[in-house]
Amino acid sequence: MATETNDTVASACVDAGGSALGMPQLCADWIPNQIFWLLVALVAIYFVMSRIALPRIGAVLAERSGTITNDIAAAEELKNKAAEAETAYEKALVDARAEAHKIVAEAKAEIQAELDVELQKADAQIAAKTAESEAAIAEIRAGAVKSVTDVAKATTKELVAAMGGSADAKTITAAVSARMKG
Amino acid sequence: MATEEHSEGGLVFHPLDQFIVKPLFGDGPVHWYTVTNATLWMAIAVLAIVGVFVLGTRGRAIVPSKLQSIGEMIYGFIYKMVEDVTGKDGVKYFPYIMTLFLFILFANYLALLPMSYSPTSMIAVTAILGFGVFIAVTILGFVKNGAAFLGLFWMSDAPAILRPIIAVIEVISYFVRPVSHSIRLAGNIMAGHAVIKVFAGFAALTLVSPVAILGITAIYGLEVLVAGIQAYVFTILTCVYLKDALHPAH
Repeated sequence: MATETNDTVASACVDAGGSALGMPQLCADWIPNQIFWLLVALVAIYFVMSRIALPRIGAVLAERSGTITNDIAAAEELKNKAAEAETAYEKALVDARAEAHKIVAEAKAEIQAELDVELQKADAQIAAKTAESEAAIAEIRAGAVKSVTDVAKATTKELVAAMGGSADAKTITAAVSARMKG
Repeated sequence: MATEEHSEGGLVFHPLDQFIVKPLFGDGPVHWYTVTNATLWMAIAVLAIVGVFVLGTRGRAIVPSKLQSIGEMIYGFIYKMVEDVTGKDGVKYFPYIMTLFLFILFANYLALLPMSYSPTSMIAVTAILGFGVFIAVTILGFVKNGAAFLGLFWMSDAPAILRPIIAVIEVISYFVRPVSHSIRLAGNIMAGHAVIKVFAGFAALTLVSPVAILGITAIYGLEVLVAGIQAYVFTILTCVYLKDALHPAH
C-alpha cells in the first residue's frame, strides 16, 4: 500500500523537515500498517491469554478458594474440638470440686465422730474421777465424824471419870451418839 | 506546521510529531507489513502482558508472588465486570474482553514512557477495536436472538405513538456507538500527549519553563489516571454492548 507519489523519504504525511503534515492519525498511508500489526498483537494476546494465562489463573484461584474452604472447615473442626475439651475440662473441674466437698464432709463427720467418742470418754473419766473424789471426801468426812465421836466418847469418859462417876462404855457411846445426832 | 517553525521567538511546536509512524529499520515507505515504531510498542505491550500473565503466574502459587497477584487482581476485576454486566452467559466471552482490556491498558501505560509511541492514540487502531466490537456484538445479537434482536430498538413499554420515533433514535444511537467508542479512546490519549508536548515546547522559554514543567507534571499525573480510566471505560462499554446483544429486551 505504498503511495506512488512519494519520494524516497517516508510519505506524503511528513514534510521535508520530518514534521507531520496535518494529523498523523488521518494519514492514509499508515493505516494499513497499524491495522495489520494491531491484529497481530490482538491475536497474540488472545492466544496467550486463552491458552495459557487465563486457565492457569482460574485454576490457581479455584485451588486457592478450595484451600481456604478446607482450611476454614479444619479450623471449624478444631474449634469444636477445643470447645469439647473445654466442656470436658469444666465437667472434670465440677466433679473434682464435688469430690473434694464430699471428702471434706466425710473427714468432718469422721472427726466429729472421733471427737464425740473422745468427749464421751473424757466425760466418763471426769465423772469417774468426780465420783472417786466424792467417795474420798465422804470417807474423809466419815473419818472426821468418827474421830470426833471417838474424841467425844473419850472426853466424855474422862469427864465422867473425873467427876467421880463411872459409866460403862456402852452407855457413854449411846449417849454421845444421841447427842451428836441432835 | 512548517511555517510556524520560526515564529514566536524560536518556539518550536510539533505536538503531533510524536504520532508519526516511522519504519524501525531504514527510511523506506510504510507498507502494511513494515516493522514500525507502532509495531515496536505494540510488541512491547504484548511482551509486558506475557511477562505479567505468563511469567508472573509461572509459580501457580497458592500464596501469590507480587506479579502473580497483579495478574490475579486484573483477572478478578475484569471477570467480575463481565459477570456483573453481561450475566452468567457472558462469561464465555471473558477472554476476548480481557484481550481488549489488556491491550488498551498496557498500550496506554507504556505510551506514558518518554520517547515511546502510543498506538491507542491512533484512530486507525481504536476504530478497529471499536468497530470490531460493534460488528462482533451485532452479529452475535442476530445469531443468538434472530430477528428478536431488533427488539433492542423497539421500546415496548413506551406509548405507541412514540415507539417509531424512539426506534429511529435508538437505531441512530446504536450506529454511533462504535464511532464514540473508538474516538473517545483515541481522542483522550492523543489530547493528553499533545498537551504534554505543547507544555514541553514552552519549557524551552526560560521565563515560563518552571510553569511549563509544573504543567507537564500535572498533565502527566492526569494522563496516568486517563490511561487507566479509558481502558476501563472501553472495556465496560464493550460489556454493556455485549449484554445488549445477549439480552436485547429492555
